[in-house]
Amino acid sequence: MTAASVTANAPATPESAARVGPIEGLRQTATLAWRTLVQIKHNPWELGDFSFQPIMFVLLFTYVFGGAISGSTGAYLTFALPGIIVMNMLFVTMYVGMGLNTDLTKGVFDRLRTLPLARWAPLAGRITADLVKQAWSIVLLLGVGAILGFRIGTSVVELLAAVGLILVFALAFSWVSVLVGVLAADPEKVQIFGMTALFPITFVSNVFVPIETMPGWLQAFVNVNPVTLLADASRGLMVGGPVAGPVIGSLLWATAIAAVFGPVSVWAFKRRV
Amino acid sequence: MPVPAVEAEGLVKTFGSTRALDGVDLLIPHGTVLGLLGPNGAGKTTCVRILSTLLRPDSGSATVAGVDVLADPDGVRRRIGLSGQFAAVDENLTGFENLYMVARLYGMSRTHSHDRARQLLSRFRLDEASDRPAKGYSGGMRRRLDLAGALVAQPPVVVLDEPTTGLDPRGRMETWEVIGELVTDGASVLLTTQYLEEADRLADTIAVIDRGRVIARGSSDELKAQVGGERLELVIEDPIHVPDAMRVLAGIGTGEPSVDEPARRVGVLVDGGAKSLVEALRRLDLESITVVDVGLHRPTLDDVFLALTGHAAEIPSASSSEGATE
Repeated sequence: MTAASVTANAPATPESAARVGPIEGLRQTATLAWRTLVQIKHNPWELGDFSFQPIMFVLLFTYVFGGAISGSTGAYLTFALPGIIVMNMLFVTMYVGMGLNTDLTKGVFDRLRTLPLARWAPLAGRITADLVKQAWSIVLLLGVGAILGFRIGTSVVELLAAVGLILVFALAFSWVSVLVGVLAADPEKVQIFGMTALFPITFVSNVFVPIETMPGWLQAFVNVNPVTLLADASRGLMVGGPVAGPVIGSLLWATAIAAVFGPVSVWAFKRRV
Repeated sequence: MPVPAVEAEGLVKTFGSTRALDGVDLLIPHGTVLGLLGPNGAGKTTCVRILSTLLRPDSGSATVAGVDVLADPDGVRRRIGLSGQFAAVDENLTGFENLYMVARLYGMSRTHSHDRARQLLSRFRLDEASDRPAKGYSGGMRRRLDLAGALVAQPPVVVLDEPTTGLDPRGRMETWEVIGELVTDGASVLLTTQYLEEADRLADTIAVIDRGRVIARGSSDELKAQVGGERLELVIEDPIHVPDAMRVLAGIGTGEPSVDEPARRVGVLVDGGAKSLVEALRRLDLESITVVDVGLHRPTLDDVFLALTGHAAEIPSASSSEGATE
């Protein structure tokens, strides 16, 4: 073999290059998801991050602002809980980027890359683990909501559709988190991004406050904010009200986010490793 | 005749304007240890990353256990175990979970993964800490865990990138023992190191690398013979006389004298054997410099390095890292 015969763009010979199959890849994804979730056992505070924090938001907004905004805490809870679930979903997606960044900066990713893994398994593992955390948070918030007096005004099917829609959006938004995780210098920076970008996006929406009281120019933004659309869709499916428009809007946003951030993240990822 | 563990030809890798590798050839016969010796930034880690499929060379070719690193990276990954310079340990997992995860990722069954993880933990004396998160491990323990991770699938080729950098002497001895056992078990090893002593002790063949090129290769004995002569070492009684002693030795030796100030030890390469020794003692006596110890040895790899590169091997510090400069 000469130096010229194998250059960086030499084609792989199919018979020798046995790639990892999809079944094996799924198994590896499950192992890597397990790895992310089993950590909670050793570090229960992480559970607190995506459990107590949203509960605190529910309690705080319902009992401090609820009366002033909606006239009664009960009415406010019905209005706000679906949106708080959406907001929490966005924050939880940041774990994908933080975990990924930790692996990259600590050298764990190098170890993974020297194993015969399906190329997509490490990312898929992170995202799978994230979906489990997402599902847990949603159930938890619905449970706490039920205790405080939140009632589902629709059917089980519509409730499940709402949960499904939120998870689909989480999947799409995870790509933003992946990109931040790849670009950030350390995990703390991922967290800082989450705080500085997600707080305005969620507060400048109709998650906490009905849109009517805002100035016109702000309403224009709030109306197209995907968080507003997703919150409206969730309200429609959980409590009742218009569904079709917000659901379609949310799905369009999810598609657009995945279509832009998916390829960009993969590109940035390949550049970094 | 088994295929060589590693065979690399003409590896070139450029980062921006830096030519990290400038045409490196390596051959590791089956069942042997190659020591890749060089200072920080010489290109050792780049070599390791190419051979372990983490990096593609700009040009050149390489096979690991007969499998081409460019055409079949997954095939290479099934045959190597890499333990890098920075312990690649998931801090939030316990020692057991770290190894269990790696075993599962190789496709081992749950029972087999469990047994393999426990087996490695006891071999690396981590059984007591095995169910604590790795976050609380000492540097040496993390290194051992990382090394264990590289050995989960009993790979025929093991790549160790500066396995003892930053370890205390005891940790270093333990790592050396493990590497010795690996070879006894039939593995081939590529070992990079900045410690001449380490290469001298573990490697069957040594390739000295400096600024992206292999500048010498051979067994430790061959390299020492290449330098020729012997090494004269003296311990001076009074530290005040050390500079004078160095001046005297400079007049006798074939190279620059070296000095270890705290030990008051001065040395130089000589080609006259016992005659040079007598001459040195005579001249020192004339200047009334008292010598408390004297010896004539074969040259060390330090001498080899100095002779080959024109500069001494840099003393590695735990904080410096080749990865950061490459």
